[in-house]
Amino acid sequence: MADRNIEKVEYWRWEESRWQNPEITDWRGSLVTAGVDIGSTSTQAAIMADGKLYAYASIRTGSNSPSSAVDAMNWALAGTDLTPEDLRYTVGTGYGRVNVPFADSTVTEITCHAKGANYIYGPTVRTLLDMGGQDCKAIHCDENGAVTSFMMNDKCAAGTGRGMEVIANLLAVHVEDIGEMSFRIDAEPPPVSSICVIFAKTEATNLMRSGWSKEKVLAAYCHAMALRVARLLERNEMRLDFAITGGIAKNSGVVKRIERLIGAEALRTDYDAQIAGALGAALMGKALYEKKGGKPR
Amino acid sequence: MIANYGCEDGSGIYYIRIDTGKCGDCQLRGCVGGCPQELFVIEEDDWGDEMAVVREDRRRTLQAVCAACKPQDRPPDPLPCQSACDRQAIEHTW
Repeated sequence: MADRNIEKVEYWRWEESRWQNPEITDWRGSLVTAGVDIGSTSTQAAIMADGKLYAYASIRTGSNSPSSAVDAMNWALAGTDLTPEDLRYTVGTGYGRVNVPFADSTVTEITCHAKGANYIYGPTVRTLLDMGGQDCKAIHCDENGAVTSFMMNDKCAAGTGRGMEVIANLLAVHVEDIGEMSFRIDAEPPPVSSICVIFAKTEATNLMRSGWSKEKVLAAYCHAMALRVARLLERNEMRLDFAITGGIAKNSGVVKRIERLIGAEALRTDYDAQIAGALGAALMGKALYEKKGGKPR
Repeated sequence: MIANYGCEDGSGIYYIRIDTGKCGDCQLRGCVGGCPQELFVIEEDDWGDEMAVVREDRRRTLQAVCAACKPQDRPPDPLPCQSACDRQAIEHTW
């Protein structure tokens, strides 16, 4: 039998990224702090100089969390003339926060996302939806980015980034194209299961067999995901302004459906909303360093 | 801060709500010994203040864990954890 050379495409793979602030040309004399957010599917490292975002990197979390933290930080540092020794205070956050080998302390991702959203979207944010790889959190915060309440659900991957990756692989659609594709439909279909990603996957398979287009199935899945998080928002009360962080914030198919369900528009930003946790951790690093009486170099 | 610990699944919504504003300056820690299921522990929050939290390994199974204190025919009111908390900082959503 002839060998079949089939290339396996990983549709779930999203693009890793790095950014550096062109407005900061010299960090010397500044208090440089860093944050590393190790999530279940992605890891971000953010560097701040005197509370201003200097550079960040966002990579996929590998099987070894400590090395993911090191890789993300090295990539964030690359291109700057900073060395790890120049980082005055580093905070680890996310579910893998205890696995950041060079962290000075750890802070929960709830606190960090609120701080990061306050920086990214401004002080008017009161409700924050963090849609992560394996959980979803509804957070309320005040004008300083301090958390006033939170509610999370991590019992199932439905309504999370991982659930979206599963559907991307099933339908052979690149995960970054899902949002836009999900609007190429004549009418909004009913949602698939919003309770369990396994049920949702089975339903999606059956719908494809029954003749639904990929676009229609994606719309049904984005609708289900939006329903699930809208319920979480309603349970924890909805207060404006409202913003979304995490990888799913980049998926317009989910974001616009959430907005439709809750009757409010999410704030938009030019920042990558996926870095909110790491950015908040770097801000917490500055606050904790100053609390301990440290002085910038 | 209102901290909601728990989860939602296909069978319902199960959260224990702790008002950390009431809980923070409590010295008695009645919840720790007052819950027959030993659900509550004291941990430092992100600012170094000690707070009661629901044990992380129980948050996804609250429905089952709390069932012993919530017989369907006649659940006690208040629940043992609520009686043990003199700050009235604990609520259940179900």
